[in-house]
Amino acid sequence: MYKYIVKRVLLMIPTLIGAAVLVFFILRLIPGDVCELRLAGSGLYADPAEIELCRTNLGLNDPIPVQFADFVWGFFILDLGDSMWTGKPITFEIGLRFQLSLQVAFMATFVAVLISIPLGTISAIKQDTWIDYVVRVFSIAGIAIPSFWLGIMIILGLLIATQKFLGTPWMPPIEYVSPLEDPLGNMAQLIWPSVATGYRYSAVATRMTRSALLEVLREDYIRTARAKGLLEKVIINRHALKNSLLPVVTVIGIEFAFLMGGLVVTEQVFNLNGLGKLFVESVLNNDYTMTQALVMIVVAVFVFTNFVVDLFYAWLDPRIRYG
Amino acid sequence: MPPLLEIDNLYTQFFTSAGTVRAVDGISYVVEEGETVAIVGESGCGKSVSALSILRLIPDPPGRIVEGSIRFMGRELLQLSDEEIRHVRGREIAMVFQEPMTSLNPVLTIGRQLTETLTHHLDMDDDAARARALELLDLVGISDPDRRLGQYPHHLSGGMRQRVMIAMALCCEPKLIIADEPTTALDVTIQAQILELMKELTRNMGVALIIITHNLGVVARYADRVNVMYAGKIIERGTALDIYHSPAHPYTLALLRSVPRMDQPRKEKLDPVEGQPPDLTTLDEGCPFRPRCRYVVDRCAEENPLLEPVSEGHLSACWEKDRLRGPLKEAS
Ligand SMILES: Nc1ncnc2c1ncn2[C@@H]1O[C@H](COP(=O)(O)OP(=O)(O)O)[C@@H](O)[C@H]1O
Ligand SMILES: [Mg+2]
Repeated sequence: MYKYIVKRVLLMIPTLIGAAVLVFFILRLIPGDVCELRLAGSGLYADPAEIELCRTNLGLNDPIPVQFADFVWGFFILDLGDSMWTGKPITFEIGLRFQLSLQVAFMATFVAVLISIPLGTISAIKQDTWIDYVVRVFSIAGIAIPSFWLGIMIILGLLIATQKFLGTPWMPPIEYVSPLEDPLGNMAQLIWPSVATGYRYSAVATRMTRSALLEVLREDYIRTARAKGLLEKVIINRHALKNSLLPVVTVIGIEFAFLMGGLVVTEQVFNLNGLGKLFVESVLNNDYTMTQALVMIVVAVFVFTNFVVDLFYAWLDPRIRYG
Repeated sequence: MPPLLEIDNLYTQFFTSAGTVRAVDGISYVVEEGETVAIVGESGCGKSVSALSILRLIPDPPGRIVEGSIRFMGRELLQLSDEEIRHVRGREIAMVFQEPMTSLNPVLTIGRQLTETLTHHLDMDDDAARARALELLDLVGISDPDRRLGQYPHHLSGGMRQRVMIAMALCCEPKLIIADEPTTALDVTIQAQILELMKELTRNMGVALIIITHNLGVVARYADRVNVMYAGKIIERGTALDIYHSPAHPYTLALLRSVPRMDQPRKEKLDPVEGQPPDLTTLDEGCPFRPRCRYVVDRCAEENPLLEPVSEGHLSACWEKDRLRGPLKEAS
């Protein structure tokens, strides 16, 4: 087990290096740079000398290997530097947004796990009954409906419902407050995007739970458990569920990591200042340092989530634990 | 006194998109207390389905027991409620399956899989169940049982796992154990050990045994009575001696030619049974073995023969059963 963990941790390193190389060079393939955009971006005339000065200040005139070394070294000592666009420290720019995105990802995961595992299980046990059909419609709808559309519907629904029952329309707050400061205000803002994204997420996980469980229920050891005369609920809980959770855990891990960086449109709908929006802006601005930092953070989240998923695997499956 | 198990005119079918599979097509046999009965036949002839039917473990859908009766110690198993049949499973009738590699749960310890039957059926507390599990592992010849209890199936070899399966089956001291090809997946050297073990334990404990196999060689040594199955039906029944020394059905003959025999000079090579097993979705009114039969007569296409006596306790379902027993002796 100890060896397994060490191996997984060491495996993270090449992934991070690969990501660093890719993002560094791909960014520099995009034509134009942040200085042109900042000084002459809106079609104004800019003094070439001024642009050149800007480049020198930001280190863009350094040789590529030096720039790369700077970037990697900065990441290594956890100093992400300043944004090339705003000039403010990247940790400052990212701080609250990261917190927000992380919270939405966690809440959506919570919603999804809470819904999908019981629903997928019931659906598999009651295969081809009306319960199963209802669950399947629910989950196919969840996959078909884009989260941002559901988000819009939620906001409209809230407006209409509050108008009707309270007399004045109410919208979720736009300003992010830490859950430690004002838990209610925080929830009032973030519960809606969590539900909107959590629904699609739970739909994917429900289908996975259902099909994995159906597969496990056809295994020989389930027949053995039946032949022992065990209660059906013991057969499901003790013999089947643990085996069927492996693929579900994978899906949950992938979705969680995706939520951390990929929520661009949903963030727009709810007017959230999350990582997704910052990501898009930084790429549009050719803000190399910011984009690099964001990519590395998202990759780190992915890699770490994978690690947690691997730990779950080991916990679920003794063949991995002792392998 | 009624026999321990009495199966009468049992039909089990699978309703699939390719048609109705008549997997068990009207079989009847009895098992007396403490005896060993073999069911022999090629792969796909309905042996497993007939065994699973006894404990009502046929997956439904697509399968269903459509007709018949299974009486066990005077009770009709097909009439029991789900709850009642659960009390029979594992407690009064236990099963050992073919694939020890996949029949144990990979994520539960051996100990857990052994003790859960004990705590469930016999209301033992954890300590008592553990003590009993140790005893059982010892009984089936597993060394260092204390350590084994905490191990997982993947730590054990196939033979070891099958021993664990046998220990599991013996847990509640059932009246009957059904062993569905318990050694087919194992090494030849291990096969004999496992069969000996089962023979010895069932004899000592007075447990009746239904042993399913496609190997007639196994049968001769271990079974009191033998049922030969073909296409969902029993086509010959008799003592091991009857079947081995005076077979009365062409299919049994063919099967015998396909296994090595100790009592005859070694032949150059064994003949597998020629031809293909029949498709169980398209059986007609004739004898299903006739396309492969060397003794076929016109009547075989018109009417499927019933299982009828050739001598005391020896039955065969063949129109030519009497002719078969004469000239064949000379030929061999
Ligand atoms: N779950 C199932 N669905 C459809 N057909 C089945 C199923 N299980 C068994 N059968 C069919 O029933 C017949 C008998 O199978 P089985 O009893 O497993 O044979 P064997 O004698 O090798 O144990 C086969 O033709 C098989 O295809
Ligand atoms: Mg079989």
